[in-house]
Amino acid sequence: MKENLIKYILGVSDNSLILGQRLGELCGHGPNLETDIALTNISLDLLGQTRNYYQYIASLQGEGKTEDDIAFMRSEREYLNVLLVEQPNNHFGFVMARQFYFDVFHVLLMENLQHSNDETLIAIANKGIKEVSYHLRFSSDWVKRLGDGTSESHQKMQEAIDGLWVFTDELFHLTDADKHMIEEGIGVDVSTLKEAYYKKVSEVLTEATLSVPEEKYFQKGGKQGIHSEHMGFILAELQYMQRTYPNMKW
Amino acid sequence: MLRNRIKYIEFLVEEKQHIEESLIPILDTVSDPEIPVLTILDMGVVREASENMGVVTIKITPTYSGCPAMDVIGDDIIAAFSSVGKEAKVELILSPAWTTDWITPKGRKALEEYGIAAPLNAIADKEALLGNKKLVKCTNCGSTNTKVVSQFGSTACKALFKCEECQEPFDYFKCL
Repeated sequence: MKENLIKYILGVSDNSLILGQRLGELCGHGPNLETDIALTNISLDLLGQTRNYYQYIASLQGEGKTEDDIAFMRSEREYLNVLLVEQPNNHFGFVMARQFYFDVFHVLLMENLQHSNDETLIAIANKGIKEVSYHLRFSSDWVKRLGDGTSESHQKMQEAIDGLWVFTDELFHLTDADKHMIEEGIGVDVSTLKEAYYKKVSEVLTEATLSVPEEKYFQKGGKQGIHSEHMGFILAELQYMQRTYPNMKW
Repeated sequence: MLRNRIKYIEFLVEEKQHIEESLIPILDTVSDPEIPVLTILDMGVVREASENMGVVTIKITPTYSGCPAMDVIGDDIIAAFSSVGKEAKVELILSPAWTTDWITPKGRKALEEYGIAAPLNAIADKEALLGNKKLVKCTNCGSTNTKVVSQFGSTACKALFKCEECQEPFDYFKCL
């Protein structure tokens, strides 16, 4: 039970950690000051949520573990985030498409996690839902602005929407730990959110004058710890300080 | 890592604040490091404060999950009590989640005077941030002829606005 609960929470929280790290890479590189600040604000929200989840995991594990052990001291195969969030910041269209695809899912997840049987997860979701609603508003806004903008912004936004589409289906896969936690009334059955997800995605894309991809072939693996070629580079940067100076503290 | 100094608990059973009156003068000296005109009591982040056997226990709630000010606030509370010879323990709670409704009237006034527009109600907030309606008052000239520049401002809790009358840029405290 405890092991499944920990795996379940990692499946939820590693997405926030890795996406937060990806957005953090953009600090000082945003297209303008306001957007730069917005992206790092979103990163901060995600990392704040990650800390809450990891502190909870550390308390479940006992053994004197801290949130930092969980963030920095695992190997690649032990991270359970979806492939979507590790995709690179190719250009701003990709940053926004990745964010949009994740935010639509994240809002649905937080809404449902509020009805979990686990009081800590309810507390994190109660707090998180307010933040992720702002994220979705921001990313939807950009998808529409770029999609319905100039012919170049339209073409780049469509390229990113098409390119990342293959990573969306994995959001709704259930791992064994997920299934156990759904039985316990703790986890959210994400497979039931799929319809609402693609409906929302289609609505925004249509408003953005973008075409909704029809590709039926999807990528998967992250939830089982099998990551894309990008993951090692993310972890190298993320873990560098702790690996070089073990147990260092700020 | 900083949070190691603050004990972490997840939830409180009751939504009501319980603050012992004798502790208020000391708590009132601690302000939000990012908005120095607001004390932590004005912000509504202190949910419980009690003294037992000479040890003060303060329970605070973060405004945003990733709010970096919480670590500093925790340290400042410990320092404020230690300056009057009291030992304090700070605990962080997540639920019930903080809401901008907990900012006191005094706090809202202090925000406005400092140049940060106070949060509107939830419906008006959405309209204002989506740019549908002009509802946020300029803190410089008082005009509502303002527009949103960015939904995320200098900190996670604020949005950036600009007044189209006096041209002054200003922060708006988002409704949460």
